[in-house]
Amino acid sequence: MNAFELSKQAVIDGREARKKGEMPRLSEDEKKALLSRYHPDLKEEAYTTIRIGVNKGQKTVHEVVRLLEGESPLAENPPDLTPKHQVDVLVIGGGGAGASAALMAQSAGSKVLMSTKLRLGDSNTVMAEGGMQVAISPEDSPVRHFLDTLKGGQMANDRTLLKTLVSEGPANAKWLMDLGVMFDREEDGNLSIRSGGGSSLPRLLRCKDYTGLELMRVLKDAVLNEDIEILEFSPVIEFLTDGNGTCTGAVLKDLDTDKRIVVQAKTVILATGGIGRLHIQGFPTSNHYGATGDGLVLSYRAGAELKFQDTFQYHPTGSIFPEAMAGLLVTEAIRSVGAQLLNVKGERFVYELETRDAVASAVIRECEEGRGVETPAGRKGVWLDMPLVDVLHGEGTLADHFPNMLRQFSRYDIDITKAPVLIYPTLHYQNGGVKIDVEGESTLKNLFVAGEASGGIHGRNRLMGNSLLDIVVYGRRAGVAAAKRASALGFCPLTLKHLEDFKTQKKAAGVVSETVSPILFPDYVNKG
Amino acid sequence: MTVSSAKEKTSHTVKVEIMGKQHYVPEGLTMLQAMWHTGHELTRGVGCLGGICGACPSKYTTPEDAKIKTALACQTQVEEGMSFSLTAAYYPNRKVVSDFKKMEDPKQEIFRLYPETALCRNCDACTRACPKGIDVRTGVWKAAFGQFKEGADLFLSCVMCSLCVPVCIADIAPNQVGLYMRRAQGIFFNEKSSHLLARLEEIEQGKFDAEWEQLLSLSDEAIISKSLA
Ligand SMILES: Cc1cc2nc3c(=O)[nH]c(=O)nc-3n(C[C@H](O)[C@H](O)[C@H](O)COP(=O)(O)OP(=O)(O)OC[C@H]3O[C@@H](n4cnc5c(N)ncnc54)[C@H](O)[C@@H]3O)c2cc1C
Ligand code: FES
Repeated sequence: MNAFELSKQAVIDGREARKKGEMPRLSEDEKKALLSRYHPDLKEEAYTTIRIGVNKGQKTVHEVVRLLEGESPLAENPPDLTPKHQVDVLVIGGGGAGASAALMAQSAGSKVLMSTKLRLGDSNTVMAEGGMQVAISPEDSPVRHFLDTLKGGQMANDRTLLKTLVSEGPANAKWLMDLGVMFDREEDGNLSIRSGGGSSLPRLLRCKDYTGLELMRVLKDAVLNEDIEILEFSPVIEFLTDGNGTCTGAVLKDLDTDKRIVVQAKTVILATGGIGRLHIQGFPTSNHYGATGDGLVLSYRAGAELKFQDTFQYHPTGSIFPEAMAGLLVTEAIRSVGAQLLNVKGERFVYELETRDAVASAVIRECEEGRGVETPAGRKGVWLDMPLVDVLHGEGTLADHFPNMLRQFSRYDIDITKAPVLIYPTLHYQNGGVKIDVEGESTLKNLFVAGEASGGIHGRNRLMGNSLLDIVVYGRRAGVAAAKRASALGFCPLTLKHLEDFKTQKKAAGVVSETVSPILFPDYVNKG
Repeated sequence: MTVSSAKEKTSHTVKVEIMGKQHYVPEGLTMLQAMWHTGHELTRGVGCLGGICGACPSKYTTPEDAKIKTALACQTQVEEGMSFSLTAAYYPNRKVVSDFKKMEDPKQEIFRLYPETALCRNCDACTRACPKGIDVRTGVWKAAFGQFKEGADLFLSCVMCSLCVPVCIADIAPNQVGLYMRRAQGIFFNEKSSHLLARLEEIEQGKFDAEWEQLLSLSDEAIISKSLA
């Protein structure tokens, strides 16, 4: 047996003995020490200072700064700005936040147009597995949900945004269910809830490990059933403003024909999701193909302020073997029902339900200190022992609760009910984003931002299950607010004046950039 | 994905055919990775890269038999002699508007919206086409018989890739029927959750208002010690 197989066998052999073992939780000080040493967010050389724009002087990772300081695709040959579409509300992004926003704006009487980069529904939302946090059990309360989230967010969360998130959770769960979303139930008909990392009580509503698929399928169908015009494969590549701090529309690019499409809108809702496909610090990612941080780039260039743009979530358990599955998420929910993390010697090294930042840091520590396992492709990781779930809860539990996971691995002849799998942190979520107020409006007037593209709600670290809640609560709020605003407005001038301002700033700061942003897609094509 | 382009066969490459053109690619790649590797720019036919969005339905053959098989291209590794193609940039399909808000009896309404549902001839082609292993045919029959709960459960993992649609000899769109059943089940037939309704009422009646007011006036330290309590 080679080292890889030997280590795997050690995990299998040790399972029975480990079954009941307790792992001490980290004290606040231990956690701090662990994060400061190993968390990718605290790696100084990965960061650089933003030289232009509203957040000038602040930092974020090289990969994001490069795009924030990039050139507009319209810088060289600006199109004729005669609008092809004139609408009340332009929704940008076809994930959960965009779909929720579009539904609300439409039902408030607005004429809504949706632009998406891929198809409606091809998003991070559809990929969510673990669940959505809502405080519904009699023991629980929105206040408790608030406290857990604040602690998880390193006390940095915008408290007004957070209070609204947790307080409106139950009403939003009901809204989803009224559209036909089916969450798992207990025998007595009540919603079934599960624990998640960093939460003091079980609070996760879910649909097996297909929660995002269930949500997105229903939301997409609901949108298709309404009178909402959708332009698929037509991402926004630049905003339009009145030249005076107000967003007035956007320029889209038709990916099939390469034509520019000018949209004039009374209000705009940006819901473009996250950044995983930027592969920050070389990490693999759990995100969909279109997660390239376009929302950050577009808003920033038009003058909106960012918040916590320097913090990212590296989900502790991304698959690293086989290579074809690298980056793919193994849901945290599997750890909440007992799956353990083990190093090359088959030893546990962290309490598995610490917050994600802490668990990810502990995994990185094991690998950096030589206690990781190397894959044939040269990646390093640690074991996630899932069969333990069946040992603890009875045979068939994995198959019943995690059918998606079982299927994913079985395609590569890995039986997760028998063997452990190899994992390493995967770039998962942008904790920050465009700064918003409680109606979802950014600092650029009439530009509303919802979902993963926004920043503030989750502070510096998002808790599991809070993002699905966020996209619905704030997607809907933005939809309502944008529709209301639009109803009292006429159309405003379309200009690209913000590009000139940007150019002036760049010149003054001596910024020269060869990057054109947003990039829309990662570059995986072999040019050789 | 920065593997050098393998134009000649070496020990770790496999010979594949992509849309009729022959290529050698490293073994272990998925179909989509093989397309990138051979220089294909992709916008259509790719979405989540995790087997869950249904953007990448594909058809392929392998040397051992004549059967044209179906797969999700982001989830299927290439093998020696495989010939494949993404199936369609877009599946034309009839748009059916189902207005659940105005509906009275979804189990009857299905025959108006999707009249083909009753015409299944049991050929089972849909089930064989499904890359998620769903028993599609049984699901369609559950819809026809009004057994929405069982039918909804069967379609739980449906990613709406549409591979079942063009193979149906009765022109049923089984994935659409499945989704309709799921939504109808959720809207009309699932139990209400008493915990959820109770919490909504508490919030409405202001049960937590005093606690909020006190909490939001506290310092960080006080909040931390409260949350540890
Ligand atoms: C694998 C995985 C598992 C997860 N599990 C959970 C979980 O269990 N619980 C939880 O709470 N959260 C989970 N999350 C996080 C959560 O799913 C996402 O943060 C959330 O769904 C984001 O929703 P969104 O609508 O903001 O963005 P998305 O759902 O990503 O949608 C963004 C949309 O915008 C489009 N877009 C992007 N750029 C442009 C452009 N320039 N122009 C037009 N359109 C554009 C995209 O194509 C997409 O349609 C998970 C995430 C992943 C990746
Ligand atoms: S790309 Fe989403 S299923 Fe293949």
